[in-house]
Amino acid sequence: MSTATEVVTPGPPRPVRRGRTLKRNRETRVAAYLIAPTIVLLAIVIGYPIVTAIIQSFQNDPGLNATTGQFVSGGFAGLSNYAHWLLQQCMDASGNTIACPPGNLGSGFWNAAGVTFFFTVVTVALETAIGTWFAIIMNRTFRGRGLVRAAILVPWAIPTAVTAKLWYFIFSVAGIANSLFQTHILWTSDTWASRFAIIIADTWKTTPFMALLILAGLQLIPEEVYEAARVDGASRWRTFTTITLPLIKPALMVAILFRILDALRMYDLPAILTGGGGGSGNATTTLSILVIKQVRAGYNSASALSTITFIIIFIVAFIFVRVLGTNVVRTQEAQQKGTKA
Amino acid sequence: MSSVTAGSSTAAATLGLSRTAVRAKVRVRRKGTAQRVRTAISAIVIVIWCLLPFYWMIITAFRDVGYTYDTAFWPTHVTLDNFTTAFSTALGNHLGQALLNSLFIGVCVTAIALLIGTFAAYALARLDFRFKGVVLGLILGASMFPGVALITPLFQLFTNIGWFGTYQALILPSISFVLPLTVYTLTSFFREMPWDLEEAARIDGCTQGQAFRKVILPLAAPAVFTTAILAFISSWNEYLISSQLSSDATQPVTVAIASFAGSQPHQEPYTAVMAAGTIVTVPLVILVLIFQRRIVAGLTAGGVKG
Amino acid sequence: MKAARLSAIAGMAIAGLVLAGCSSGSGGSGGTDASLTSHGPITYVQGKDNSNVVRPLIDKWNAAHPKEKVTFKEQSDQADQQHDDLVQNFQAKNKNYDVVDVDVVWTAEFAAKGWLQPLEGALAIKTTDLLPATVASATYGGKLYAAPQTSDGGILYYRSDLIKTPPTTWDELMSDCAVAKTAGIDCYAGQYAKYEGLTVNVAEAINTAGGTIVAKDGKTPTLNTPEAKKGLQRLVDAYKNGDIPSAAITYQEEQGRQAFEAGKLLFLRNWPYVYSLAKTDGSSTVKDTFGIAPLPGNGNGPGASSLGGHNAAISVYSQHKATAHDFIEFLESSETQKFFATQGSLAPVIESVYTDPTLVEKLPYLPVLLKSIKSAVPRPVSPFYPAVTTAVQDNAYAAIKGDVTVDKALTDMQAAISAASAGN
Repeated sequence: MSTATEVVTPGPPRPVRRGRTLKRNRETRVAAYLIAPTIVLLAIVIGYPIVTAIIQSFQNDPGLNATTGQFVSGGFAGLSNYAHWLLQQCMDASGNTIACPPGNLGSGFWNAAGVTFFFTVVTVALETAIGTWFAIIMNRTFRGRGLVRAAILVPWAIPTAVTAKLWYFIFSVAGIANSLFQTHILWTSDTWASRFAIIIADTWKTTPFMALLILAGLQLIPEEVYEAARVDGASRWRTFTTITLPLIKPALMVAILFRILDALRMYDLPAILTGGGGGSGNATTTLSILVIKQVRAGYNSASALSTITFIIIFIVAFIFVRVLGTNVVRTQEAQQKGTKA
Repeated sequence: MSSVTAGSSTAAATLGLSRTAVRAKVRVRRKGTAQRVRTAISAIVIVIWCLLPFYWMIITAFRDVGYTYDTAFWPTHVTLDNFTTAFSTALGNHLGQALLNSLFIGVCVTAIALLIGTFAAYALARLDFRFKGVVLGLILGASMFPGVALITPLFQLFTNIGWFGTYQALILPSISFVLPLTVYTLTSFFREMPWDLEEAARIDGCTQGQAFRKVILPLAAPAVFTTAILAFISSWNEYLISSQLSSDATQPVTVAIASFAGSQPHQEPYTAVMAAGTIVTVPLVILVLIFQRRIVAGLTAGGVKG
Repeated sequence: MKAARLSAIAGMAIAGLVLAGCSSGSGGSGGTDASLTSHGPITYVQGKDNSNVVRPLIDKWNAAHPKEKVTFKEQSDQADQQHDDLVQNFQAKNKNYDVVDVDVVWTAEFAAKGWLQPLEGALAIKTTDLLPATVASATYGGKLYAAPQTSDGGILYYRSDLIKTPPTTWDELMSDCAVAKTAGIDCYAGQYAKYEGLTVNVAEAINTAGGTIVAKDGKTPTLNTPEAKKGLQRLVDAYKNGDIPSAAITYQEEQGRQAFEAGKLLFLRNWPYVYSLAKTDGSSTVKDTFGIAPLPGNGNGPGASSLGGHNAAISVYSQHKATAHDFIEFLESSETQKFFATQGSLAPVIESVYTDPTLVEKLPYLPVLLKSIKSAVPRPVSPFYPAVTTAVQDNAYAAIKGDVTVDKALTDMQAAISAASAGN
């Protein structure tokens, strides 16, 4: 992070070449060269804004100077921006601390967190299941496989902003979805219909991502493994659960992890499809939608919300990595000791 | 999938005996008719699920703007006007230029991200060094901050150094958005590689770098191409940052489409947006068809191991 | 080292805020004085030029002013993105954003942040010919911060084959709903999806009933009045008894237009743009069977439309404010206003243009629109507008859907606007 303001080195330095087995220290130095470009780039584009945001989250948003009617700096805020979101603390006109009333963005925090988690769990589960199925089909040899692979990428190739417009159009009251099924569902405003609209659109859009990553994992499984299973008379389901699944687990876990990180930051789809509305007004408001709304109302408070979102996602990722064993470091050290074929 | 297992596994077991050296051919022959039918049905379902909304997009793209909300399931009121509108520079729609911009940005992002991502992934998968967990954590952490909160600081940073509206101001953020995924995917794939082959090459006199380039990289081709597609599409879809940091000359398609407008205030030009969406999607489908051959090639190369 | 850099960044951030605060109070420090009288090339920033009116205008200006050429910087079509783009550039003190086109509802916010040059002294413009509501939308704290450029007002579209005399009050409108029932169509719709259009519609309901959302100071909420309650109650009741169809809760402008053109609505509240589309769209079933009227009122004249449109403002960071001022006057001229109206269907801000016979022939809705805009009320002119509109949308939406009572919705709205003005 401390390299934040430095310029990127144009090309990464070549790895040091040595013909013999390297000791840990030497490997550390080689690794440093290899990893430096990645870290420097991330530090500039992501680290710097994060640090800026964290600093600003401890400042009050500018308030009005009563006599001039102009905004003036809000001064040091301590933790009040965080309390605003986490504890729903607002100030009334006379400066007393009150509970944030509905219609104040602060009051929507826990609802938004719940909505975000709900979307994440449902969409990632659906996408993993369907994506695995897609991948298994694509991994078979049949005529027209190229067509299937190309077709699968179509939903993903359409820019999200256009996808959202497309589904908004499909789900409008007079749109094709209602006309096709002869229904009059208010897809963009009913509580559950609007949530499902978003889940359907998101699943359609991002399943290819899962499918591709899983497919790449499947392709690394040697054919012999399957044949051995076949000779042993294992059923197809058994083959899938005892051979395929464990072998694609690393690829699958990476895919799931990144989908989770993305889903927790979901913005475009709910923003365009439902305007974050639905239900009694906030059925599809995710944390990122809340951030954007707050950015327009006050940047420093929005920085606090971004930081909180960051921490929430960090905790989720941490738990995921620990509990579900995506710990790339550990599995890989086990690997180097030759525990896996 | 589990319902028909008994019959097919017997069939497969019987047919499995006929295994020969040319693997691809074997796989085709080995399949029973039942499974072929199931695969075909699955494939058709997948294609329909993926293409139906796209079909609707195309239908709408060819529909007269005055009939935007027509719900006929086949083409009606067919016109090319929407495409003319999309490319009409007189109306201020620079879709042609934007397509080139997106392509250029996408290629740069993919190439650079893969290059430096491969370095990092190799180190993470193969080298034993201190702070590995910290490095992995940092890289992962980079994809946890809400993207919307990155815009303001980046805007100020790039304005200060005079990069506003330049290609590098769009490429650099895009690279860093795809880097975490690139590094993690490649690391995960590299761990599955048969590294004893690399050892063998080293014994044959290759340096570590040569062994990597000549032995490992070809084996990793399918994974690398998959990652490349992921990176390219991610950059192709990037909108948030570009909408704030691009100028008229450098704006990518996503920004160009978002600024499409109807002839009247408040009017939403759905049909033109759908036309542009169609135009944007087609090049990618073509790219995929090209990449697809490479992935298959990579697959057969990968089969050598074992 | 790290700590030092962090505190340096923090220091810079604070200094930036303080500077922004200071320069705004005085309305131009020593450094910017020269720019007040300076002529030179400038840039004009505006959202997507939908109907290609800005380019020809700028060409015309440039031909006449070769030494003070105007460059056009076109933003996206999305209002939110235009807003964010302006904020980014003001924060970066971009000298190349000289004249900016701001939505009426952003004017107070930008003025209070010290980003807009007050139009006073040498930069003053003539406002006597302008429609009063448009001037009010550009005025903050008693000072004019921008020049009204285009306007917009809501009008009532009705099915002339079913309704002979359009309703002039809300109660008449509601009793006319019997006609809709007989005809088997829905009665009335505006824009009730949860977005800015909902604020527009709720503000119209409250203002028409005689209430207001905030007081003149732009921050004290005034929703605890019987008038405000009456206004919101009208929408809630109409939605509950089906006079406003349930689908209308998803309507933005375009969905309402679609329903009206498909012959499914007896009345529609919308902007003037619907007029020509409903006349010409291939799928429109009401081409010759609709009429327009001012929004229904409260028994004392037309209803209070919310004011739409844009104002042209000069950035405090502009280096050539004298040219910027001249260009703004050029945009305000009745000639330009006529051009906007004929070429772009943009509502003029000068009253006399509305009665120009050649214009009225081309845009038959102008007389009705003039009535609408003359009785229009700007949406809350508040520097906290983003928070105010969120407070209105969230609570009004819940009330219309029947999830909370009108009283509770207004109490919450009141509290949320108070909280916004207190800095959160």
